[in-house]
Order: sequence, then C-alpha cells, then structure tokens
Amino acid sequence: MTPSVAASAARPVSDRLAKRASRHVKERIIEAILFAAAAISVFVTLGILYVLLKESFVFFSQVPLWDFLTDTQWTPLFDDAHFGIIVLLSGTAVSSFVALLVAVPIGTVIAIFLSEFASPRTREIAKPILEVLSGIPTVVFGFFALLFVTPILQWFIPSLPGFSLLAAGLVMGIMIIPIVSSISEDAMRAVPMALREGSYAMGATRLQTALKVVFPAAISGIGAAYILGIARAVGETMILAIAAGMQPQLVWNPMEPAATITSFIVQVALGDLPHGSVGYNTIFAAGLTLMLFTLVFNMLGFWLQRRYRERY
Amino acid sequence: MNTHKLPPTPAKVKAETKNFNFYYGDFHALKNINLQLGENQVTALIGPSGCGKSTLLRSFNRMHDLYAGNRYEGELLLYPDDTNLVDPRVDPIEVRMRLSMVFQKPNPFPKSIYENVIYGQRVRGVTKRSVLDDKVEEALTNAALWNEVKHRLHDMAFALSGGQQQRLCIARALATDPEVLLFDEPTSALDPIATASIEELIHELKKKVTILIVTHNMQQAARVSDYTAYMYLGELIEFGVTDEIFIKPKDKRTEDYITGRFG
Repeated sequence: MTPSVAASAARPVSDRLAKRASRHVKERIIEAILFAAAAISVFVTLGILYVLLKESFVFFSQVPLWDFLTDTQWTPLFDDAHFGIIVLLSGTAVSSFVALLVAVPIGTVIAIFLSEFASPRTREIAKPILEVLSGIPTVVFGFFALLFVTPILQWFIPSLPGFSLLAAGLVMGIMIIPIVSSISEDAMRAVPMALREGSYAMGATRLQTALKVVFPAAISGIGAAYILGIARAVGETMILAIAAGMQPQLVWNPMEPAATITSFIVQVALGDLPHGSVGYNTIFAAGLTLMLFTLVFNMLGFWLQRRYRERY
Repeated sequence: MNTHKLPPTPAKVKAETKNFNFYYGDFHALKNINLQLGENQVTALIGPSGCGKSTLLRSFNRMHDLYAGNRYEGELLLYPDDTNLVDPRVDPIEVRMRLSMVFQKPNPFPKSIYENVIYGQRVRGVTKRSVLDDKVEEALTNAALWNEVKHRLHDMAFALSGGQQQRLCIARALATDPEVLLFDEPTSALDPIATASIEELIHELKKKVTILIVTHNMQQAARVSDYTAYMYLGELIEFGVTDEIFIKPKDKRTEDYITGRFG
C-alpha cells in the first residue's frame, strides 16, 4: 500500500521518479484477474449455501423443525410421510464410528512408525503408496466393500445381511487411513528435534520417546487429523450408497443395513421427483444438516491444526 | 603434542578420551583428542564455531548414535568402570543415565514441571509415588528451583521463564543421579541474570558431579571452570588449568583466540 506522506505539494517530482501509468495499469489488471479467481470460489460456496438455505426454508415451512429433529421415522416419499432426520443421522453416526475404529488406531500407528521409526528411504517409498489409497475413486471402494469385504465378513458372521453399515464402515475406515496418518505424521515431524534429544539424553528408548514426548507434543495436530477424518467419514457417499443398503431405519447396530444422510440424497436425487414437492425439498434439508456437521468438524480440525503450528 | 595430562593439582580422573576420533560420515570432526575430566571439577571446552567442541561433548553420552552415518574411533573411558563408552557392546541408554546432558536451548517437555523432572525415572519404570516425590524435591532443590516452583509442580513447564526452564532441565538431568553433567552452551539463550544464576549453580553442582561445559563465552569459561580445553578445527590445541590458559597460554593459536584476534 502507498504510505500517506504529508509532502508539500509545492515541490515537483522528477520524471525519473514519477509513477508510470503503463506499469500502474498492468498491475491493476493482474490484480483484478487474481481477485476474480479468488472471488469465484467464494461465490460458488455462497451460491451453494444460498440454494440449500432457500430450498430448506421451503421444506421447513411445510415440515415443522421440531418434527424434523424429534421424529423417529424417515419416510418422506410415503403417503404417511415422516421426517425424522435422526434416522439418517444414526446411519451416518454408526458408519462413521466403525470407520474411525479402523482409521484412528491404524492411522496413528502408521504415523508413529513413519515419523519416528522408519528410515528416510522407507518413508519416501511408503508415503506415496499410502497416499494412492486416498486417490482411489470411492465407487471402487464401494464395490470392494460390497463384493469383497461383505462375503468375508459373512464368513465370520453368517447372519450379516448383504448390505450393512459394518462392511461400508470398515472400507470407509481404510479409505480414511491416509488422511489420519498423513496429518498426524506432519504434526509429529513438526515436534522439534531438541525435544527428542532431550528425551534420549534422559535414557529413553525410541518407543518411549515416541509415546511419552513426541505424541503428547503433537496431540493437537493429531486431534486435527482425527477430526478431519471424521468430517471425511460423515461426508462420504458412494461407499455407503453401494454397500450399506439404503433403508432408512433408526439403528445403532452396525450389522444392519441403513441409509445415511448422503446415501439418502443420492437415492432421491436419482429418482424422478417433481420440483417443489416436499420429497424434493427434503434433500436440501438433509444436505444442509450434512453441511453443518462437516463444517463444524472442519473448522474444529483447522483450528486445532493452526494451534499446534503456533506452539513451538 | 596432543597428550595433555592433568596439571599437578591433585584430582581423580572421572573420564578421559584416548586418541579419540569422530566422523560425521566422511568428515573427520574430531582428531586424536586426549582429554581428562577431573572428578568434581568443571572442565570447559572453548573454541570457534565448528571446532568440534559440541561434537566432543555429545560423544560422551553417545548422542551421535541417534543419527545414521556417525562413527567413533578410539577410547572414551569412564571411571571407576574403566569401560570404553563408545564400545559397541556398551548400551547407550545406560551411558545416558550416568552422563546427563543439558542443552543449548531449554527444552522442557510439554508436560508439568513434576513430570519433566521425573521423566528419567518414568522411562526407567519407577512408579512409586513417594520415591518420585522425593526425587522431584531433591532434584529441584539441587537445581535451585524448588522454592520458586514448589507450589505449582503440576503447572505446565512452558509457564516458566527461560532461566527457570533451563534450571528445570538441569533438575531433569540431575534426577537420574548422574555422575557427569554435560552442558552444551547452557546459557546462550538466556539473559545475563539467568546466566549468572546458572553459573552459580554450576559452582554448587560440582561438589556432587563432574562437569563438562561447552561455551562460546570466554568470560564464562574463566568464571566457572577449573580446567579449560581450547579446540580448533577438530583438534585439541591446548588443555590446562583455566587460570594458566587465560593468563599465559602456551600455544599461539590459543592466545589469538583468547585475546580476540580471531574467532
């Protein structure tokens, strides 16, 4: 920015030092282009939010918010329509919980290994391979859950139905492992070497140093990794739509099929519902709920991440 | 040259290096070092940056083991064990419990004051509360920090000032009952008042332990140490009673460094 200088207007400015119009204009044009690029992403986000809010408003003018929050049935397309979002939330919560049971322990152990035990060579090879895991299209994961994991699980649990939150959740957990391990590893590697040396100098072993000093020092970053993992699980769609069955029922048992917020949206969006019907508007209400959840988790995650970066 | 016996002052030798060499990969960082640490004496290592003084200090507790490609050669003996500490059969963890280290920058762990002090006991599996409590009080008292923190032992260590943090790190080092304390420029990150308190502490501590200190500050070496070793380019140039080194150094290079002609 140009500092304001209380210069006397009387003194002329030499030609060599005077501002040049051409340079000035070029700068302004580039600035404007950059600003427009940044603005587009903001406007798209605001646009999505606007549509969600507008359509949800239509929905809530017909379905009371209280029913939406307390009803225990979700049958928006039946004649006897019920709109209890808790039904879809239960599916989302159970599948996410199963996913986290897989991703948090495995992701954390991988992060500790890569950051504290692996040689630089091992790390250079293992990290990209791990990150490929997060690049696999989720539809592939979905079929993997349905056609590979479910039969294996049925071998152990014969009563397991063909569609279940368990199979979908397990595979979702595998998908989330790289998110958890990669952010946790970054957090642990950001722990200053001086702390590790301090621990070794006290006669600690590698494992003791990793668990008693490095892990606690990186805990807010690791927490951020877990929360971003949760956000990813809550928002995951394809795996659940394919492998979890899309039956909206209030369940807390992962051995059953159920619909989640995301899989319900897929189901309805693919059907041919008339615009403006209540059934059509439910997907916006469900989408808004989902967005609120992931938004909160993301914000929490980024807040934690920022905090650990400022720590040292 | 390069054989420096302790000056005639009667003192038992606690540790010594004999034809000690150290390599960072291909880089020959320490060349034939022969140095003796008198028991309950303070020995200062001085010299310009990169001369190998920290490298030598960190050899004593095998810190170089943490990084790949480092190599020790020769002997680094600890008495009364009469054992070569850099022998591959020696467990570096045992070494580090007996030769404790205080670092350049205070590096307390992100834990409470109490947990910081007893970290060495914890990693050894000591869990008995009364033992730990006693250790904390003893170590903090010896590090001249007890009176300042006894009412807030469970506060985070980061809440302490820089000088207090460094004394906490000294307490942490003392809590394993070491025989030798290694100080790696312990006051370079501290203000003059905190520095003075650490120096005073070093005077007190030498009644109990043998001290080796690396310092960039020649006044500090003159103030705290009984013996001084001047190192340059990985070699030990001169080693002797501190007063003699500072008043009439025998080697021209020592004299140039001490009088500030280079360094």
